[in-house]
Parts: sequence; structure tokens; C-alpha cells
Amino acid sequence: MELIVALAIGVLFSVGVYLILSKSLLRILLGTNLITHGVHLLLLTMSGLKTGAPPLLGEKAEAYVDPLPQALILTSIVISFGVTAFFIVLAYRTYRSTGTDDVEGTKEERQ
Amino acid sequence: MNNLLVLPLLIPAFTAVILIFLKERVDLQRIISAVSVCLNILVAGIIVYQVSAKGIQTLYMGGWLPPYGIVFVADMFAALLVLIGAIVGAACLFFSFASIGEERERFYYYPFFHFLLTGVFGSFLTGDLFNLFVCFEVLLVASYALIVLGGSKGQLRETLKYVLVNVISSSLFVATLAYLYAATGTLNMAHLSMRVAEAGQGGVLNVIAVLLLIVFSIKAGLLLFFWLPDSYSAPPVAVRALFGALLTKVGLYAIIRTFTLIFVQEPGLTHTLIAWMAGATMILGAIGALAYNDLGRIFNYNIIISVGFIAFGISVATQDSLNGVVFYLMHDMVAKALLFFLGGMIISASGTDRLKEMGGLIRRYPWTGWMFFVLTLALVGVPPLSGFAGKVMMVRSGFGQNHVTLALIALGSSFIVLYSLIKVFQQVFWGGEKREEQVKPLHYKAMMVPAAVLFAIVILMGVGAETVNGYVSQAGAVLADPALYINAVMKE
Repeated sequence: MELIVALAIGVLFSVGVYLILSKSLLRILLGTNLITHGVHLLLLTMSGLKTGAPPLLGEKAEAYVDPLPQALILTSIVISFGVTAFFIVLAYRTYRSTGTDDVEGTKEERQ
Repeated sequence: MNNLLVLPLLIPAFTAVILIFLKERVDLQRIISAVSVCLNILVAGIIVYQVSAKGIQTLYMGGWLPPYGIVFVADMFAALLVLIGAIVGAACLFFSFASIGEERERFYYYPFFHFLLTGVFGSFLTGDLFNLFVCFEVLLVASYALIVLGGSKGQLRETLKYVLVNVISSSLFVATLAYLYAATGTLNMAHLSMRVAEAGQGGVLNVIAVLLLIVFSIKAGLLLFFWLPDSYSAPPVAVRALFGALLTKVGLYAIIRTFTLIFVQEPGLTHTLIAWMAGATMILGAIGALAYNDLGRIFNYNIIISVGFIAFGISVATQDSLNGVVFYLMHDMVAKALLFFLGGMIISASGTDRLKEMGGLIRRYPWTGWMFFVLTLALVGVPPLSGFAGKVMMVRSGFGQNHVTLALIALGSSFIVLYSLIKVFQQVFWGGEKREEQVKPLHYKAMMVPAAVLFAIVILMGVGAETVNGYVSQAGAVLADPALYINAVMKE
């Protein structure tokens, strides 16, 4: 299972990097999103997938899942949600002021 | 347990939230902001006093003892940086009153300002790596907003780049934390230090160490500073001063904390890498400072040179050089803020930021001119000003530890700083005025007050170096011996 998830993370990262290297703002934005998803999956996988019962005392199980990585992911998802929202608004404002979503359109002639 | 430690976070956070509801009441916003920053200086002062009297202070959030739960730690290094950060933040706030303009004040400038301070103080005080990431994000999101506030085309362009660079580096940070947690099973810094020492810093941990170095170097502008000169040129001067004084220093703080506390077993790899990066940063920064002819970029490259200089001190890593790092870091926060204040006055007095179109300002603004001249000497490291003590400690131990090449580069970079700033001084203040129309800054006196306060600190830190050194060597002792930090955090 870990191997499959690891491969999925690799795919997410490579697609994300490919998108970020393009010139369209929207693609760059989607690229950062995919990379963040990849990172969250990585965080989940590094602690081992499904190593025991849910971390509740009532379960009376032999082994429990480590809850900390999940708490970390939750925090990280919330943060990336906020940053993405800001990024989308920023991209939209740039589109409104330059009339294009090509990053070359924001260039300014240097003296 | 010391509940005071959370106040440097709570005060700006609450202030920011209150200010959001007072959008239209600019006068009220100013009063509340001013009270808040003054309160922060007071709290930071008390924390410094407590640390100097009773040793390292800790706060276990929610009563969860380490390694569980989040711990806040104030050793002397963190406490001093919080104090200086609070003072510089206050100065930037008062400078904003005079220079930022009504439009920005009505569109949430002050809330973002206080959120930025929240993130900065949180980064200094936290003793948990994941919490450090969260504090980084708080200050980054606030800084995105501060750069783009105003919404001109140039600002939008620079913010896009700045956001993209930081989103990538934050992703890398979280990925590194995932590896680190898998390898050691903890994220508490003191506990990490113990675990890394037990396991021996082998292959995986070395990779993690280098990844962390890359992440923090992007934030600090150590070698990976490609984004810095343009992004820092976009916002107004008060914001630039805040960024130049605080943001890169937070990255440096993280590097210092990580490589004096956690990854100390393999200095042959990590510290050599830092040394190479420091040398390259100083050289490239010097080239940049000489190459440009506008005030903003010259100052930005001066930030980069000093980042390289401090990293040189980190790579030497003796008690003496770490003392120097702490001293120089404090000096640099104050001096860089002052440099941008004076630069802001010059730009608004002459109506341009190109050196070639300036001249003769000494007649109209003698105080600004002479302050700039003395500040230049302080940045170069001429005694008895504040830059001298830190530089002498770092360079001395650099020569003592056979880092001769690097120490020579560091000394050379000081001459470049001297040359680039004296060039600015000559062109701006000497000669005749080259522009016909006179743009007199609206609030010259109000701008002078925070600048004069920082100027006084630059002089006092130099003249009273012996007193300051008492505190600084207490900070350096903890950095040089991780056991002190670990014992204070893990004692219960």
C-alpha cells in the first residue's frame, strides 16, 4: 500500500512541477495545489498507513494509529487553503489589470 | 512554566483582530497600535530580565509536558531578538504613521502589520518545528498582503513571484518535517536534538538537515536570494524597513537554531555547506551592491551581504563567533531598519530613487545626511558604533579556526559596503540640487523621531558594548552548548 501511495505522490509532484513551469497563471496555481496535495499525502504515508485501531481508549486494541501526523496534515491543509484563496484572488487581480493570464504580460520594460 | 512567554504573540494577534473592526476609524487604529507595540516592548523587556536572572524560561501549552504538546522556550537569544524585534517593529509603526498614507491605513494596513509581528515573535519563541512552520506561514501571509497592498502593476507582479517562491519552499518545509518525523518520531526541538545525537547523524538525517538548510536559506536570502531584490523594492518604505529588518532575520534565526541545537553532529558536512553559501552570498551581494544605481536595489543588496556575513559566523560555530552572530544580528536589525528610514526620507525629499538625479540634500536636510554618514560607519563596523563588536568577534574566530579565506571575504565585503554607501552619500548629499521642482516630505519631523530613536540605539549598543555583551554571551553560551537548552526544556 505504501508503495502505491508513494508512486501517487511522485506523480502529483511531477505533474505539479510541470504545471508550475508553464506560463499561464492558472496552470501555475493548479501546479502549486497538486504539490501541496502531494506533500500532505507524504506526511500521511511517512508515519505508516493503517498501523492499528483509531487512537481511542475505548477500542481496547493491541496497536493504535499515531494521531499526530493527521493533526499536522489538518493544520497544513487549512494553511494551504488560505494561501490558495489568496493566490487565486491575486491571480484574478493581475488578470484584471493586465488583461492576460500569461506571466509575460506582467513584465515591465526596464530602463 | 512562565505564562508571560505567550504574550508577545497574543498582544499583536488580539490587536490585529480588534483593528479589523475599526476599519474606518484611522485615528483609533493608530492609538491602539501604538499602545500595543509599547506594551510589547515592555513585555519583551521583562522576559529578557527574567531570562537573565533565572535562566531559560519555558511554557508548556495546555500543560502537556514535552515531548508531547507544543512548548514555548525563551532562551537569551530568543528573548533578545524578541526585544529588538519589538523595538524595531514599534519604530516601523511610528514611521508608517508619517509615511504610509490614508488609503492604506483604511485598507487593513495595521492589522496586517500586527499579524506580521505575531508570526515573527512566534517564530522566535517556539520550541517545536511544526509550530515554527505555522508561525512562518502567519508572517508570510501577512507579508504577501503588505507587499500587494496598493495593487499597482509592479506590486502585483512582484507579489506573484514572492508568493510562488514561498509556497514552494513551504511545501518543501512540510515534506522535510514528514521525513524528520518518520526518522526520529518527534518534532520538539530539544527532543529532536537528543534523538539525533542518539541515532548518530547518518545518511537520512544529513539529507533532512540539508533540506532544512535549503528551506531556511530561501527565507533568509542566503545564496537563494534571487527573489529578494525585486520583491523588496515593490512595497512602500515603512514596509521595506520592516521586511529588511525582520523577515530575513527570522530565516537566519531558524538556521542558527537548527544548526546549533539539532544537527550538530556532522559539522564537516552541514557547516562547510553553510560556509560555502556564506562566501558566495557575500561575493554576489557585493557585486549587486556595486552594479545598481538606484537606492532601493543598493540597500537590498546590502541586506544580502549582511545575511552572508552572519552565516559566516554560524559556520565557524565557536562560542566566540556565536556571540558575534547574536551581537551582529541585533545590530543589523536596528541598522537596516534605520537605513531604510533614511532612504525613504531621501527618496521623498528628492522625488526619485535614481542616484544620478539626486544631489545637494545636505543643505536642506543636514540631520538626515549626517545620520546616514554615521550609520554607514556603523554598518561597516567602525568602533565605537554597534557593528564593530559583532564583526570583530566573528572575524577573530574565523582567523582562529582556519577559515582564513572566508574571513578575508567577510572583511572585503565590509569595504564594499563602505564603498557602495559612501557613493550614495556623495551623490545624494554633495553637489548641487539637480531637480528643479522641490518635493518636500509632508511629515519630516514625524519621520525623524523613530529614526532618531534607532540612531540612538545604534550608538548606545556600540558605546555600551560591554553591558550588551553580558547578555549576548549568555545567549552564545546556550547556542554553543545544546545541553543547556535540552535540560531546561526536558527537565520535568
